[in-house]
Amino acid sequence: MSKTNSNMDAITKPLATLGRSVLFFGQILAAIRPDLKLLRATLAQVYFIGARSLVIIMICGFFVGMVLTLQSYVELSKFGATDSVGTVLALSLFRELGPVLTALLFSGRAGTSIAAEIGLMKATEQLSAMELMAIDPVKRVVVPRFIAGVISLPLLSMLFTLLALAGGATYAINIMGIDSGIFWGNMVSSVEFQSDFMMSFWKSLAFGIIASFIAVFSGYFTTPTGDGIGRATTQTVVVSAVVVLIVDFLITVLMTWT
Amino acid sequence: MPDDLIKLTNLSFAWGEKVILKDINLNIPRGSVVAIMGPSGVGKTTVLRLITGQLLPTKGTVEVDGMCVSSMNHKNLYKMRRNIGVLLQNGALFTDLDVFENVAVPVREHTNLPEALIRRLVLIKLQAVGLRGAVDLMPSELSGGMARRVALARASVLDPSLMLYDEPLAGLDPIGASTILRLIRDTNDAMGMTSVVITHSVEDMMELADYAYIIASQSIVGQGTPEQLRENTDPRVVQFLNGEIDGPVPFHYPASDIHQDLLG
Repeated sequence: MSKTNSNMDAITKPLATLGRSVLFFGQILAAIRPDLKLLRATLAQVYFIGARSLVIIMICGFFVGMVLTLQSYVELSKFGATDSVGTVLALSLFRELGPVLTALLFSGRAGTSIAAEIGLMKATEQLSAMELMAIDPVKRVVVPRFIAGVISLPLLSMLFTLLALAGGATYAINIMGIDSGIFWGNMVSSVEFQSDFMMSFWKSLAFGIIASFIAVFSGYFTTPTGDGIGRATTQTVVVSAVVVLIVDFLITVLMTWT
Repeated sequence: MPDDLIKLTNLSFAWGEKVILKDINLNIPRGSVVAIMGPSGVGKTTVLRLITGQLLPTKGTVEVDGMCVSSMNHKNLYKMRRNIGVLLQNGALFTDLDVFENVAVPVREHTNLPEALIRRLVLIKLQAVGLRGAVDLMPSELSGGMARRVALARASVLDPSLMLYDEPLAGLDPIGASTILRLIRDTNDAMGMTSVVITHSVEDMMELADYAYIIASQSIVGQGTPEQLRENTDPRVVQFLNGEIDGPVPFHYPASDIHQDLLG
């Protein structure tokens, strides 16, 4: 009997969480009312979760660009195609690595911070106090963080890609000795605005929605204890990573199909 | 017939299978300070959450100012709460805002007053709780008693007609406790409020309250003025008021026979 119950729980719990997340997403959208208070709160959050992620994004971007260039160079040199290093680097970054790695870094740096902050507000009854003061916590706490995440991630993704291109170019031109004209020329001729640049943008926008939502959801519905907050932060990173990679595949299929 | 601001009628509440409150009838007259007392875990805070509409009764009704809380929609519930001040157990100050901004939150949210007037209003409220000098401090720089006083200033900043206090004296030293007690009485009388104090601090409440209810075993086991309660002979009331370790509320949590547990 208990085994049956446990099997039922294994089915019903994820379904209940999924249902709750859909309702919560609707609640967030319904709570978005553009006004000066929301603008101020959102800008403050863009600074907290966006601007403070700049250093980690820039450092990681630069090194990812260099290592990608090195790996491509090693393989392409076997076929005498080292002139294509710039092309491989740019296409990998725009189409996949830029948005995906930025989303993973974002959920680790900013997502965990959002989940922990909201979880702690719940544990210390700050959210409850808001409700009792007739202030909607979803409107005042969740919405600004969600919107700030959605705005920040595409911007951070562009910066990541830019720094990765800079890192790759530095390595290819200055260390590998590839001609800078060939490197940049091949890159520019192979990257297309619609299929590459816009794919990067749409993916990072989708990942911004996903990573920000998972962070606010995990924090808002956490068990209000130290252990619960710990689990919420871990869940933010793990679930974001899995969902981002699945959605990445789906968007790629969709955009290459049409 | 007294004019009651709050009326709980045949009210029951359960968490799943576990019954917390059963057929409670409780009236809070306007302008009074009423204490709701009882042992820990008996459901006192649940009563507060039922009054504010954070929880819904499984049976019975909760009326605040003649309106049924359990049948209110979200909009009306928030409208009602604007007229209620709640002091939560730990103060629940917003940790990212300083004292001034904490007190100003309800004013900024619910009014369009100019900044100069907001400043004056907040300073008046902080002066009333003796913390005008702490206006620039962050919550992390306040003692427990100071945080409770700032929370009291915040809860009363819009001059609500009803104040609810959840364990306002818990964890406070004697000076902090008597300060909060005096503020509850003064705020209530000066502003013509009604106050409900959830607590288990017997002596303090017998001094402060005009009327008190004692909750135990899911129901109200005693009620009356402090004098009437002292004369009550119900063993559950006597045990609670005298702080007796064992009695109708047992010392031991229900368990199997000790010999069986220890000797196998």
